Amino acid sequence: MPDKRPVLKSIDLSRAWRRVGHEIAEAHPTSDRIILVGIQRGGVALSKQLGKTLADIYGHEIKTGSVEPGLHRDDLSNRAMSKLLPTELPKDIAGQIVILVDDVFYTGRTVRASIDALLGFGRPRCIQLAALIDRGHRELPIRADYIGKNLPTHPEERVEVHTTEEGVPQSVIIQSP
Amino acid sequence: MSWNQKHLLDIESLSAEEIAAVLDTAREFKAVGERAIKKVPALQGKTIVNFFVEPSTRTRVSFELSAKRLSADIINFAADASSFQKGESLKDTARNLEALNADVIIIRHKAPGAPHFLARFLDSHVINAGDGAHEHPTQALLDIFTIREKKTHIKGLNVTILGDILYSRVARSNIWALRKLGANVTLCGPSTLVPRVFEEMGCRVTYNLDEALAGADVINLLRIQHERQRKTMFPGIGEYTRHFGLTRARLALTKPDAIIMHPGPINRGVEIESELADGNRAVILEQVTNGIAVRMAALYLVNGGSNDSL
Repeated sequence: MPDKRPVLKSIDLSRAWRRVGHEIAEAHPTSDRIILVGIQRGGVALSKQLGKTLADIYGHEIKTGSVEPGLHRDDLSNRAMSKLLPTELPKDIAGQIVILVDDVFYTGRTVRASIDALLGFGRPRCIQLAALIDRGHRELPIRADYIGKNLPTHPEERVEVHTTEEGVPQSVIIQSP
Repeated sequence: MSWNQKHLLDIESLSAEEIAAVLDTAREFKAVGERAIKKVPALQGKTIVNFFVEPSTRTRVSFELSAKRLSADIINFAADASSFQKGESLKDTARNLEALNADVIIIRHKAPGAPHFLARFLDSHVINAGDGAHEHPTQALLDIFTIREKKTHIKGLNVTILGDILYSRVARSNIWALRKLGANVTLCGPSTLVPRVFEEMGCRVTYNLDEALAGADVINLLRIQHERQRKTMFPGIGEYTRHFGLTRARLALTKPDAIIMHPGPINRGVEIESELADGNRAVILEQVTNGIAVRMAALYLVNGGSNDSL
């Protein structure tokens, strides 16, 4: 029976995620080129919520989209093929500031696959990364630009993020094997 | 996701959930085909062999394009240019193909069960691209995909399959898939080509076209397969067209939004009036486009490891 324990409170998580929005706005004085792209599936709802925070700060709507990393993974032969979810991007991403959004930042392999998937649609001005949880254990030279919470974990543990339908983070659960 | 098959040999052995897994995956691959860059690296470094022991152009080309869009390397191996004529057995030829380190062997063969035979001794993944009059699973999956795209669901739809059922692997695969997903299937054609035994598969059989078309949501027309008929099964093409050809007048008997499907190649003026084949009810060319997405999904799914390793 695997041991499941919640580690962060919903109020802390939602505040951290709002803070990430403020950090993005601080780094980008104008918003006209920003596109938030959630990584399927965990990042999509969070990106919508982040979009709301940014819309409040900038005073107008921020474009959001989604990207499916499944076809670009480097471990496709070793696992059953994952369910593919839609890649939906708001418009031509060439020249735009794309901010990838994920729930848990771990080995960096999913982010690498997502970057590859995005580049098939055009050449953004830059790609940044925002994640709610950074659990460490990177396997690629990739770092995040905006982090909600750092969470020390063991590689054998599983980390799950639960959000509301609107993408407000509710809980983070660590599951030990 | 519920797909856990090493091969795609037939529809008969798939569950409704596995069929749905292919269709859902194909939907995302269709979106890939609509992008400016239509290629994804999912099967990079994989070797696929198109092993066609029976002539085919469109299915072979569709598989070829599907493999290329997944970044796999694909080679075509056609029987007429091969060592079959020098007396090599199917088993030996397949083993030779596998010795090239092929990850997937796509086989078309005139003998029913040839793909199943290969799957028993090869380590490669095997995909059936049509085995005699037995099954043609990817054709059925692309037909179902097209129906689902147009009608949003399969359950409860009235699907009429018209023409040469007896010799048709497309019909058999379609019947399995449609019945598993809960559609009502009606078969119609000359009695020599539509034996009553198909009622055991849960289909309605009728020799009256008007009756078969009444209330239909989907009409799937099958070509008369001259090449498979050892003796004459009906008096002549003219008589076939008179009794079973789809015309505008007959189309009026179906539901007003019924779609017309055909796996191709079509015989204009025989099984379908030429204008109907070009009309807005026909989805024949969309079937071709969807065929690539569905075959990409099949290649992608069979190449996956076991679900247990997740």
